[in-house]
Amino acid sequence: MFELVRESRLKYQYWLDIAFRNVTRLAAFSVLILLLALIGSLIVASLPSIQAFGFGFLKSPEWNPVTDEFGALVPIVGTLVTSAIALLIAIPISFGIAIFLTELSPRWLRRPLGIAIELLAGIPSIIYGMWGLFVFAPLFAEHVQPWLIEKLGPSPLFGPLFQGIPMGVGILTAGIILAIMVIPFIASVMRDVFEIVPTLLKESAYGLGATTWEVMWNVVLPYTKIGVVGGIMLGLGRALGETMAVTFVIGNAHKLSASLLMPGNSISSALANEFNEAVGGLYTSALVELGLILFFITFVVLSMARYMLHRLAKREGT
Amino acid sequence: MLTLYARRRLINALSLGISILAMLFGLFWLGWILWTLLANGLQGLNLNLFTQMTPPPGGEGGLLNAIAGSLMMTFIATLIGTPIGILAGTYLAEFGQRGWLAPATRFINDVLLSAPSIVIGLFVYEIYVIKIGHFSGWAGAFALSIIVIPVVIRTTENMLRLVPNTLREAAAALGTPQWKIINFVTLRAARAGILTGLLLAVARISGETAPLLFTSLNNQFWNSDLNQPMANLPVVIFQFAMSPYADWQSLAWAGALLITASVLTLNILARVLFRQTAPSH
Repeated sequence: MFELVRESRLKYQYWLDIAFRNVTRLAAFSVLILLLALIGSLIVASLPSIQAFGFGFLKSPEWNPVTDEFGALVPIVGTLVTSAIALLIAIPISFGIAIFLTELSPRWLRRPLGIAIELLAGIPSIIYGMWGLFVFAPLFAEHVQPWLIEKLGPSPLFGPLFQGIPMGVGILTAGIILAIMVIPFIASVMRDVFEIVPTLLKESAYGLGATTWEVMWNVVLPYTKIGVVGGIMLGLGRALGETMAVTFVIGNAHKLSASLLMPGNSISSALANEFNEAVGGLYTSALVELGLILFFITFVVLSMARYMLHRLAKREGT
Repeated sequence: MLTLYARRRLINALSLGISILAMLFGLFWLGWILWTLLANGLQGLNLNLFTQMTPPPGGEGGLLNAIAGSLMMTFIATLIGTPIGILAGTYLAEFGQRGWLAPATRFINDVLLSAPSIVIGLFVYEIYVIKIGHFSGWAGAFALSIIVIPVVIRTTENMLRLVPNTLREAAAALGTPQWKIINFVTLRAARAGILTGLLLAVARISGETAPLLFTSLNNQFWNSDLNQPMANLPVVIFQFAMSPYADWQSLAWAGALLITASVLTLNILARVLFRQTAPSH
């Protein structure tokens, strides 16, 4: 017998293996550390504000740097309302786009159109903001808002939502811009999950004489509903945290009004506008606490999104 | 009164028509935004833009310092984020079958992938900017690298999973140590896909504004010292666009066109590259 490989070389490679595995493990671990450090540093920095205002911070509409009184109600409501408007518009549109891309489009058009929609997601948010402020808002104020105020303003149910003066910027404008921004995210998730529906299932329905719409609504959608909801949550996560586009068009007014046409504020735009100018520990700390709340909300939403998409992927595997 | 059949046909035609409209609706915004950028940005696109510094209001100038700052910070952020991202992605794909670390990392990474970027700016502000006492290019680069890492991890893991197991087994059967299999066989096979992820990450950070607001801020002058506040395109665009001066606003449009053009080019490049090399199946 003679040795093919010397013992010491084997040992050397063995140690290299272990070293390599641990280096990659360390890198993976650093992601966890990053998250913990992120949450930890935000909590530490917002401690003064948490101690000063407690849970009242969440309910108070006050925001007065002069008297050092701060409450998060206005930005939280602004963030939630703009995101809700965005979803209300984006969900049906994205569903339509996904139907078109999976069922209707000629095969040669699918790829270019899919890329075009994804490019919409690639445009930096500051561009949406500029476009919204300089192009969309003036047109919106001139042509759409007067109509909304005139037609919907007097109605008893939705009336209060559409009263005021047409000034272009405001909660509704921010919601519409956000809708355009999240459409590509929701649409591409919907398209991806629609494509995993087994052809057999769809063909069986077509074979029974179902129309394309009936197949989509009664077969594809029920089969993929977890994934669709996951995609919507993903879009919601994006909308909640979006900063620049909203900052340009929301109007940055720290007050609560029933009308969607009035300017408001969102968490991210309050941060973008005020953080660098904030003087005094409590002011800064209150802003950081806003950031913490935003992170918490998006964390919960995104976790749910991932959980749902994960469940769908798992079912597909079995 | 319609028969059941006619009604079903009608509903079908209506809803499919609406879906075509939805598609057009999506494309309409893309077209409108790009057209606005071209209409407003093209006139400002001249040599001065690339050779002169950002001007005071009313003055002549360009965006040279902002372009240079953006390039430097993007480059450093990619340099920091890529190795960590690729290593962590490798762990998830190659060693992540057992234990709690891989699922936890995967989950956290997915959340970080779409976490609000402004919060990342806050984080870097709290742990770095406060400590050194002033805004700086390094802080901006760190903030951007935190955005790069999740993108790279995600694509690296996905691309490594596409590498057929037979390749790994063939290498293992030759007695190759695992670190060599991963470095010289699987990572090499997934090279193009990982590069795609890298391009997408660069595209993503080159338009990011929010994390830079509290970290690198802005600088009106030429600066190549990363320890000083550093000009960068997105923040300059933000400040100039929000200003009341017409010449600042037109510079902002030119910058916006520049940024969008480069981001979209990177995006398309990444897709073309991936299509050419992706394993077909």
